[in-house]
Amino acid sequence: MRPSKLSLTASYGALILISAMFVIPFVWLIRSSLMNLSQIFTMPPEWIPKPFQWSNFHKALTVLPFDVFFKNTLIIVVTVLVGTVITSSIGAFGFSRIQWKGRDTVFAILMTSMMLPAAVTIIPSFLGWQLMGLYDTLYPLIVPAYFGGGIFNIFLLRQFYLTIPRDFDEAAFVDGANYWQIYTRLIFPLSRSAIIVVALFSFLASWNDFMGPLIYLKSDSLFTLALGLQMFQGTYTAQWDLLMAASATVVLPCVIVFLAGQRYFLEGITLTGLKG
Amino acid sequence: MRKGMFYGLLFTAPAILGFAIFTLGPMIASLVLSLTNYNVFKDQTSFVGLDNFVRLFSGEDELFYKSLGITFYFVVLRVPAVILISFGIALLLNLNVKGRAIFRTIIYLPSIVPAVASAMIWMWLLNPDLGLINSLLSRLHLPTSDWLYGESSVIPSVVLTTLWGIGSTVIIFLAGLSGIPRQYYEAIEVDGGGWFRKLSHVTVPMVTPTIFFNTIMTIIGSFQVFNEAYILTQGGPNNRSLFYVFYLWRTGFRDAEMGYASALAWILFIIILFFTFIVFRTSKSWVYYEGGDRA
Repeated sequence: MRPSKLSLTASYGALILISAMFVIPFVWLIRSSLMNLSQIFTMPPEWIPKPFQWSNFHKALTVLPFDVFFKNTLIIVVTVLVGTVITSSIGAFGFSRIQWKGRDTVFAILMTSMMLPAAVTIIPSFLGWQLMGLYDTLYPLIVPAYFGGGIFNIFLLRQFYLTIPRDFDEAAFVDGANYWQIYTRLIFPLSRSAIIVVALFSFLASWNDFMGPLIYLKSDSLFTLALGLQMFQGTYTAQWDLLMAASATVVLPCVIVFLAGQRYFLEGITLTGLKG
Repeated sequence: MRKGMFYGLLFTAPAILGFAIFTLGPMIASLVLSLTNYNVFKDQTSFVGLDNFVRLFSGEDELFYKSLGITFYFVVLRVPAVILISFGIALLLNLNVKGRAIFRTIIYLPSIVPAVASAMIWMWLLNPDLGLINSLLSRLHLPTSDWLYGESSVIPSVVLTTLWGIGSTVIIFLAGLSGIPRQYYEAIEVDGGGWFRKLSHVTVPMVTPTIFFNTIMTIIGSFQVFNEAYILTQGGPNNRSLFYVFYLWRTGFRDAEMGYASALAWILFIIILFFTFIVFRTSKSWVYYEGGDRA
């Protein structure tokens, strides 16, 4: 579309206004996390902390054992990421680069689980883990990632694998390679960018997960950051300075990971959204 | 192709097993549980047939209809808001304005913020006495609101907080928009049509598949809202934000009535299936696929 000068200016103004609305919550978060309580409660509100109360962060992160929450979150995030990348890329390979009878039917059946509300399965899943004596451990949050890593990720990788020319496999076959070698030496390396997308999505999903830890964890010593932050809010209700400092700390790694991998994120969303 | 069959199943085994263990199995178990009076705190569990469903629909459980109504209200409010606003933003981003990449980043960024942190930020922004939004409103001499603490404002407020995270919907729309061939617009220009004609005759028809996809995903997501209910409101005030999945969680995990909660779960499943089906059925009349068939 070739818009006129006037409409371009109007659109520009609208975009700036909208962006401001999306940014203000972040600004408010940071500004509040650096203020002392008396300044935070002044009316009308001020935007610049005076003085910058950096000690909020130290205080917020030590009243509850956030180092333990961080360690637990890291264990979950890393192990889930490894499991997701391995099993979803293997699965996507099986669903796209190998011909077998019933393949597409099986894939379609598996895809239905994307429509399934998680709420339908939480009670039996909870009972199952409890029966195995694994309630209040990190296993229920980790193990499922090693079984396919989520159909969404398989779907995403399969979309990508389908764009790699078949001739590559044929040539490798002629050279005496087997499926496993084609996967490890050809398809996996070629799909680096899609793998990064899956890894990034997996990181965010497990870093942000709230319902899973809420249901499966009971002991504080196993809590994740998301759960710890919620507990913090329940305990220090009106301490908005500390609450914002703790929240900012939980948000920061996500922002860093996003900005570092932004290109892949946008690519990934486009890849999954296009041929739904 | 015997070998293909063996390796095909070998490579997909983790996914197939995962589906059986973590989806199909629990679903069947959930159906069985829904026919029992299983309660963690009680010793005796027996089959009660359809009693749970009778209790739900007979009106004996007021909260069931209440939570259903609240959730419908939320869906009806949120789905059009998400689709219209994110489509509007995508249209703006699709113009080749300077700094487009920066705008795109800014709009996408909130959608990666963890739900708990996002909830904290919004609770603070919407705080009736000390929050930024009310203080801005009162400075502009506009009426303020109790937001999450008001019985009638709580659901619209939750919708508002979730609108912060529409970035991925915007990006999907943007991908759909960028796929529209330029010639189509040029054809309209030749005919002397303006931007509205372009929008109604080219842009909207061409992105109907994307609208369709986003609508389905937004409906499914909106029915399942839980984090917001748990963190922002705990279902309050006075059960006015008793979202369905929150009620399900409360019944199953706080009150330990897992049989009854499984019945609730199945009803949710059927509702979502029903709405997805409706959107699919009607899609034939309004979704336009280039070349006729769907890829």
